[in-house]
Amino acid sequence: MNISSHARRSTVTRNAIGVGLATGVYGISFGALAVTSGFSFAQTQVLSLGLFSGASQFAVVGIMGAGGGAIAAIATSSLLGVRNGLYALSIANVLKLKGFKKVIASQLTIDESTAMSIANNDDEEMSRWAFWATGISVFVFWNIATAVGAFGASFVADPKSLGLDAAVGAAFLALLWPRLINKQIRVVGILAGLLALGLTPFVQSGIPVLASVLIAIAMGLKNASDK
Amino acid sequence: MEARWIAVIASSVIAFILKFSGNIVPARYLEQPKIKSITALVPIVMLSALVVVQTFASGQELVIDARLVALLFAVILLLIRAPFIVVVFGAAALAAILRYFDLIN
Repeated sequence: MNISSHARRSTVTRNAIGVGLATGVYGISFGALAVTSGFSFAQTQVLSLGLFSGASQFAVVGIMGAGGGAIAAIATSSLLGVRNGLYALSIANVLKLKGFKKVIASQLTIDESTAMSIANNDDEEMSRWAFWATGISVFVFWNIATAVGAFGASFVADPKSLGLDAAVGAAFLALLWPRLINKQIRVVGILAGLLALGLTPFVQSGIPVLASVLIAIAMGLKNASDK
Repeated sequence: MEARWIAVIASSVIAFILKFSGNIVPARYLEQPKIKSITALVPIVMLSALVVVQTFASGQELVIDARLVALLFAVILLLIRAPFIVVVFGAAALAAILRYFDLIN
């Protein structure tokens, strides 16, 4: 390794730690919201260790906290997790892993590690380094932050008086916001919201969110045939 | 087993299977244009639906309460590029204040 690639490696590592710290901060909100939604400290921590994907985790606690069933929570979480499988697919040829490392890498395949790996894909070794550094950094900070948030919230007697039920919608909106990159995506988002709103009085809790996937299917098929 | 534990464990196992299968499934199955354009939109529709349900639903009933005001405040915070944690706890704080002074439930 020459000096310039050594310097670049330090930069990538520093960025990875920065991304880990930033996501860790919202791990605090996850921990707090999970516990105030009725999840135990252990359940909250297992979600961060095992599920390890922010949007899916917020979905599980949000849906069950609002009275939805386990099936709806699992289905929503899994549909939100499909993109991680696609991430794994798109970086598999860079990571070139075998055996147990493949298992660990799979668990660490999330928005942040994939984005950092792709951002450095001009250099395969650096791309791999960025994936591992970011994945490990986010995993460590996310889990520490979850524990901090869950522990802090366990002292809260009435979550509603602290407005924590109102924070769940805000959390989903903040996860959605950076994805609203063009007009069609914004229209799709509004249609999905309206469909969920219209279905809520008529179907079991949890179903309106799952039904929104129909809009993704309709618009996705239209987009594919337009190309 | 308690429903919450079932959800925690099953969703974790499925999440891992999805990630792992991306590492072993031949790319050609998932890289079809139809599959790609649908999966790109799935997080958008689900997160949008979750925002709406978490804001308006109380069981199967639709209600307007402090959560809506908090969500509108979150929009303002996002427009001025506030960080995630400020958006989340800012919305919570506003709802808490509104309820403390009995302005809205």
